[in-house]
Amino acid sequence: MAGPKSSVLRRIMPQLVILGAALLLNVLVFPDFFHVDFRNGRLFGNVIDVLNRGAPVALLCIGMTLVIATRGIDLSVGAVMAIAGATAASVVTDGYGWGTALLAALAAGALCGLWNGVLVALLKIQPIVATLVLMVAGRGIAQLITEGKILTFSNEGLIHLGAGTILGVPTPILIWMALGAAVIWVVRRTALGMLIEAIGINERSSRLAGINSRVLLVCVYLVSGLCAALAGVIVAADIKGADANNAGLWLELDAILAVVIGGNSLLGGRFSILASLIGALIIQSVNSVILLSGMPPEFNLVIKALLILAILVIQSPRITYLMYMLRASGPQPQPDRPPMPKARKEEAR
Amino acid sequence: MAHDIPPVLHATGISKFFPGTIALDDVELRLEAGEVHALLGENGAGKSTLIKCLTGAYQRDGGTIRLSGHEVAPQSTAESQKLGIGTVYQEVNLLPNLTVAENLYLGRQPMRWGLVDRRRMNAMARDALAGYGLDIDPAEPLTAYSVAIQQVVAIARAVEMSGKVLILDEPTASLDRDEVQLLFGVIRQLKARGLAVVFITHFLDQVFEISDRATVLRNGRVVGTRLLSEVSQKDVVTLMLGRQLEAQVHERKAASAGAKLIEIDGLGKRGMLEPLSLALREGEVVGLAGLLGSGRTETANLIFGAVQADQGRMLLRGREITVGNPREAVRHRFALCPEDRKTEGIVGDLSVRDNIILARQAAQGWVRPIPRAEVNEIAERYVRALDIRLASLDMPIRLLSGGNQQKALLARWLATNPDFLILDEPTRGIDVGAHAEIIALIEQLRADGMALLVASSELEELVAYSTRVIVLRDRRQVRELTGAEITPDNIVRAIADDDGREVA
Ligand SMILES: Nc1ncnc2c1ncn2[C@@H]1O[C@H](COP(=O)(O)OP(=O)(O)OP(=O)(O)O)[C@@H](O)[C@H]1O
Ligand SMILES: [Mg+2]
Repeated sequence: MAGPKSSVLRRIMPQLVILGAALLLNVLVFPDFFHVDFRNGRLFGNVIDVLNRGAPVALLCIGMTLVIATRGIDLSVGAVMAIAGATAASVVTDGYGWGTALLAALAAGALCGLWNGVLVALLKIQPIVATLVLMVAGRGIAQLITEGKILTFSNEGLIHLGAGTILGVPTPILIWMALGAAVIWVVRRTALGMLIEAIGINERSSRLAGINSRVLLVCVYLVSGLCAALAGVIVAADIKGADANNAGLWLELDAILAVVIGGNSLLGGRFSILASLIGALIIQSVNSVILLSGMPPEFNLVIKALLILAILVIQSPRITYLMYMLRASGPQPQPDRPPMPKARKEEAR
Repeated sequence: MAHDIPPVLHATGISKFFPGTIALDDVELRLEAGEVHALLGENGAGKSTLIKCLTGAYQRDGGTIRLSGHEVAPQSTAESQKLGIGTVYQEVNLLPNLTVAENLYLGRQPMRWGLVDRRRMNAMARDALAGYGLDIDPAEPLTAYSVAIQQVVAIARAVEMSGKVLILDEPTASLDRDEVQLLFGVIRQLKARGLAVVFITHFLDQVFEISDRATVLRNGRVVGTRLLSEVSQKDVVTLMLGRQLEAQVHERKAASAGAKLIEIDGLGKRGMLEPLSLALREGEVVGLAGLLGSGRTETANLIFGAVQADQGRMLLRGREITVGNPREAVRHRFALCPEDRKTEGIVGDLSVRDNIILARQAAQGWVRPIPRAEVNEIAERYVRALDIRLASLDMPIRLLSGGNQQKALLARWLATNPDFLILDEPTRGIDVGAHAEIIALIEQLRADGMALLVASSELEELVAYSTRVIVLRDRRQVRELTGAEITPDNIVRAIADDDGREVA
């Protein structure tokens, strides 16, 4: 084995290639895509937009990757975004500072994550059902907080989180990159990553090996709730208001998609947050192509679906294996599993 | 055998490569009609891989297969089943959530008015299983039953599928003597019908009892095919290992036990295990004997907290402790190497290294990762000590051969330095050479002052290492044998005898 660095690179290679292709498409429809300007103390350019607009999904997919690694799923993240945005907005409109608002939003997110975690880990409800509860109820809760209207605010500090810059770089970019790096660091520098993977692969074996799978499960949903809360604050800050109906709508699906494009199996187990983050950028690049090509918005969703279908087909184990066979000439050892499988294949029968 | 009758199955030049391993190298296997052909070899020799190449579970990298003289190339296990090759793979591969009957007849359910005729299917299943001495409800989900019963179901399914060849990869690993005899009865019937049966096992007694010929593999090559009537067990072992196995002498261990470590007082769970009492000293090996379903595994699980007891108490060094779950058990320096390695042992997709370190890391908590260098040192030490055959420590553990997985699990628990080690069927699937080494290891651990509780269905083995043997029947403790009383015959008698019901 050639060291951890090269194995990380090998792991994210397919995602990097796809990202490259998506960016290339952008350049084809808009040659100035990579042009970056520095105006009024802020970086401008389409690449910057991709990084900036991709922030919510990037944040969501950090927590989602961990949840999926445990063989779970968190459908409630979009609704949690709405709750967190509403909480932050109502706290600042009540006259508190942006710090208090952020903390309140994070606390709300943590509470939501805890709720999901308890349903899944302690009550043993299937994750897809358990998190569906909050997905449905969450927007109602958010509406209760905003009292049914779009709650606008003008608190500079809070707005800065979504629309401001630090040293010219839009704040959301810094937030998702910092959080991503921090979580990757914690997960890989401690034994957390391995233990999470273990319970995702074989919970029974892991429990018998003395792993505290309940606490780990709760933690994982908690992290997902916190990520969603941050994403919700950013989205609210960006539009200077909390929209309980539309904030984060359908974003849980984008987040799941980012994780899948990142080559993480929905059956749990080995995971890579870095690959998921690249997956989030791929999705945002696809959005950007559609926007830049000037196609009528009716086509957006269809084209996005087609592009994503193409990406998933390219990554499917069968195709990867076929490509491998085409490349390999002459008798060579062939793997029984394709190099980058997404679903665990039965060994026999 | 006449010259013009082609062999039922003739495989030549079979090769299979894995990254870092040549699993099979130019292997030839010839099965005549009406023979039972044993396939022998050490752990990792390539037996299971050969089977999978023959049945299309793996794509072979070279070689041809002829079935009754015609070349075939099954691309999938379904295809080989259609060709008349029924197979039981080493790791029972049934669908746990379906019922027993559904597992037996999946894909060829009896139909009535276009719907599955459940009543008939269940009746058929009941009949089929009765032939193996099993009287269970086929309408229950498979998970309701033990690995042994699942193994019988897998065998019954394969037997019904096999028109020409039946392949059994370690089918008897979790069976008792009686069940093995029933299985052999079925095999003899198939043999009389002209089928060829491939039988893989590490029990040489069974090989000599049922098989006509044996092909021995070593490191992926055939080292010989022998008529078993012409060779001795010793010859076969020497062929397998490529060296002689020194005879092990086991002198009767004096009860050199140290301080009292554990007292189990009336531990039990309704419907699972009658209250059981047992005390263990340091430097003592207590064997647990009994038939399938007699409560051996249940005893191990209750003590380790894998299942919560509803009565009784436990004392550790004289102080009462509660063991509500495996995590607490590990905290008290208990360890349990479970019976069912696939579902309760290995974490398949994690590397061998991570699997070995798992329990120790879990005990240390996630905040304090064991440094990489130390992890490697521990993993390499146990790979060497237990002779685990692998291409690299980074390979997922599910790619190891069955016996090597078993050894890696043993390594996982030895790495936690337990005071009290519970082993449930520690030598399941382990080859003859390693078998002797594991017995020696248990002996060594005992001498170093560990307390061990070992459940095993192999009586010779129990006799070799136990300082005391507890016999279970119908989920209750029926006898305790000590000292010179510990002989295979006495254990068999205690298991069978209905009069010895006084609790020792
Ligand atoms: N899918 C795979 N990928 C990589 N290596 C493999 C794979 N399957 C088997 N091997 C390797 O091939 C070798 C032969 O394994 P095999 O399972 O055939 O052994 P075996 O003779 O059945 O041993 P046992 O008695 O322990 O069951 C082992 O070294 C194993 O690690
Ligand atoms: Mg095998």
